[in-house]
Amino acid sequence: MKLLRGRRLDNTVIVLLVLIAVMVVGFILVSMAGRNFLSPGNIRDILTGMSVLGFVAIGQTLVILCGSLDLSVPYVVSLASLIAAETMAGDPGKIAQGVLLALVVAGLIGLANGVIVTGLKVNGFIATLGVGLIVSGYLATTYQGTAGSVPREFQFIGATGVGPVPISTIIMVALVALTAAFLRKTRTGHHMYAVGGSQSVARLSGLRVWQPLVIAHVLCSMTAALAGLLLASRLGVGSPTVGSQGGYDLLSIAAVVLGGTLLLGGRGSVWGTLGGVAIFAVVDNVMSVLQVNPFMKDVVRGIVIVAAVALYTGRATERRKARFSPGRAATQEALARDTSMEGSAR
Amino acid sequence: MSTTDATATRPAFGRRLARLGFTLISPRGAVFLLLALLLIAIMVLNPKFGDPGQLIRFIQRVAPVAIVAIGQYFVIVSGEFDLSMGSVVTAQVVIAGNLIGQDDSRSIPVLLFMLAFGAAVGLVNGLVTTLLRVPSFIVTLGMMLALLGAVFYWTGGAATGNPADSFREVGRGGIRDVPVVGIIPWSVLILIVLTLAAVWFARRPFGRMVIAVGDNVTTARYSGARVWWVKTSAFILSSLSATVAGVLLVGYAGVHPSVGNGYEFTAITAVVLGGVALGGGRGWVVAAVAGAFALEALFILLNFAEVPATMRDAVQGVIIIAAVAYSAVTFRAIRSGRTPETSPQPGEPSDLGEDRAALAPQTRTPNGARTTNGGSDAT
Repeated sequence: MKLLRGRRLDNTVIVLLVLIAVMVVGFILVSMAGRNFLSPGNIRDILTGMSVLGFVAIGQTLVILCGSLDLSVPYVVSLASLIAAETMAGDPGKIAQGVLLALVVAGLIGLANGVIVTGLKVNGFIATLGVGLIVSGYLATTYQGTAGSVPREFQFIGATGVGPVPISTIIMVALVALTAAFLRKTRTGHHMYAVGGSQSVARLSGLRVWQPLVIAHVLCSMTAALAGLLLASRLGVGSPTVGSQGGYDLLSIAAVVLGGTLLLGGRGSVWGTLGGVAIFAVVDNVMSVLQVNPFMKDVVRGIVIVAAVALYTGRATERRKARFSPGRAATQEALARDTSMEGSAR
Repeated sequence: MSTTDATATRPAFGRRLARLGFTLISPRGAVFLLLALLLIAIMVLNPKFGDPGQLIRFIQRVAPVAIVAIGQYFVIVSGEFDLSMGSVVTAQVVIAGNLIGQDDSRSIPVLLFMLAFGAAVGLVNGLVTTLLRVPSFIVTLGMMLALLGAVFYWTGGAATGNPADSFREVGRGGIRDVPVVGIIPWSVLILIVLTLAAVWFARRPFGRMVIAVGDNVTTARYSGARVWWVKTSAFILSSLSATVAGVLLVGYAGVHPSVGNGYEFTAITAVVLGGVALGGGRGWVVAAVAGAFALEALFILLNFAEVPATMRDAVQGVIIIAAVAYSAVTFRAIRSGRTPETSPQPGEPSDLGEDRAALAPQTRTPNGARTTNGGSDAT
């Protein structure tokens, strides 16, 4: 247990170190351009940039921990923004109704994802790609442009903040804390690690493998819906393209991996994901302040993703090699053992 | 379908026919069945589609997708992903447009440069994946962002003029005045050559090695495979195939910055439709090519069936899921169905010993469980 806890801490520490390094470099670059990186306005910009991707990445973390993927999130984001805006239709009394409806529909899409992955044994990549295509077809057929409208009261969520900290970011961080507690304290949370580590070992240990997978997919779609609600509150309307324009599918996966979660599943944490999202937000912010060419931004983003993950995986594999016999299968097995140990210790 | 008729007339080959039927419903052959059904449906809706000239046009249209699918096949079967293919296609198209311009004499040097550039992209993808141990999903995603950004930065975001006509001839020209079909496009010939080359490659030790590495890296390493080089070669092949597709698309579609949009997902979909397991270790390159044909036939069918353009995505999604679910479920059924059949082999000597017979089911269960999971837990 002690070893395990030490290693977990290390994971998050590495992400944190990368984040600090990125912030220091950003601070120097921004100062050289004669601007203040730590001004309240700039901090608010960074935090605002974090929240939407943050919501999507929280759910994506759960799905990736289970060893699956979710490529349908951008379309769920768009759909949720549209459902909420159309249901509310500018009426403050219908806010709760709109939010609930968006979450329920997203949960059903997640359920479909989960059932296709577990019941039909379709790879998560293909299943969610297909479901994403179906939702995008529905969006393109039903909506020609932005639709609905959001009451002023709902727009406050996206627009106001406590000091330099936007309310949306506070909600997002609270959700991260909640998810971290879910993964650490609940049975299903531990089962997610076990299933992601090795499905067959999990099954032989008597787990119902489909349960954590389906729950992860449902939760992932619901957090994507939260991102869509936040976007609707910022835009004031629902938009059928807001999700795909953001590229949230690939970016959220990149943020999760940047946060130290193993893409194969079974290992990682939501706090790391928060760090990964923050790294993205800081890099984007620095480039915006420096007025980097928008196309050049993509080049930098691509290089940062690969370089940061390389830094991380390089260390992680060394660490793992020292502890276990070489090879992926061996480490996964050992990992599943660790997680089940943790489960019994609880 | 004609092969079915031919074998049916000879009852001596009844067993072979049964095996053919079995192959057709197996995940390996299901894609051919799907392709045949789609082609028949298209011909019912539009009888003209059956003309040889139309068919060859269809093949010409599919060629770039099929070539990209061949490259993606090698990467996927080795257990990795290549998300950068679409951006490589775009980059090569823009390079061709910008560097060749209207100067015929530059065609060959620029073509060589494009091939070298493609190989370099694959090399970087492969080396970062294998030596730095970054998941290929992330490596090629970063490569996709960086390449697209660089291309747009270079061109200022707008497409520039098409390259010289002699260069475009590869993609849109062909051998003219051929009897039955009218024209045999160069791209069709290139596709045939590349498919044959890929089949040859897949049968050589390299092809076996790629599958071995994709199935189980540890075992492959212990058997002496240079894993990093096998995977890197797969990435180089993939980027080179994207380069060839780019050359064909310059001729066929012209220079446009969105020409390679979504090619990576189309290629992955085609390969998966061909029954290749995501996560590696199982698949047949010809089926991957057939997957590309089936996917493109599906688009044409939706077009002829006058499905609204906006609903096409949805129909595509349903069919992809259905096809992969079918292959996953039948694969499992075949595995579990075959087990009792193969263990008591009548022709084999019975002195294998009790212990081995007792051992067999035990070793098979975790093995079978692992391979059926391969479809869902591998990413």
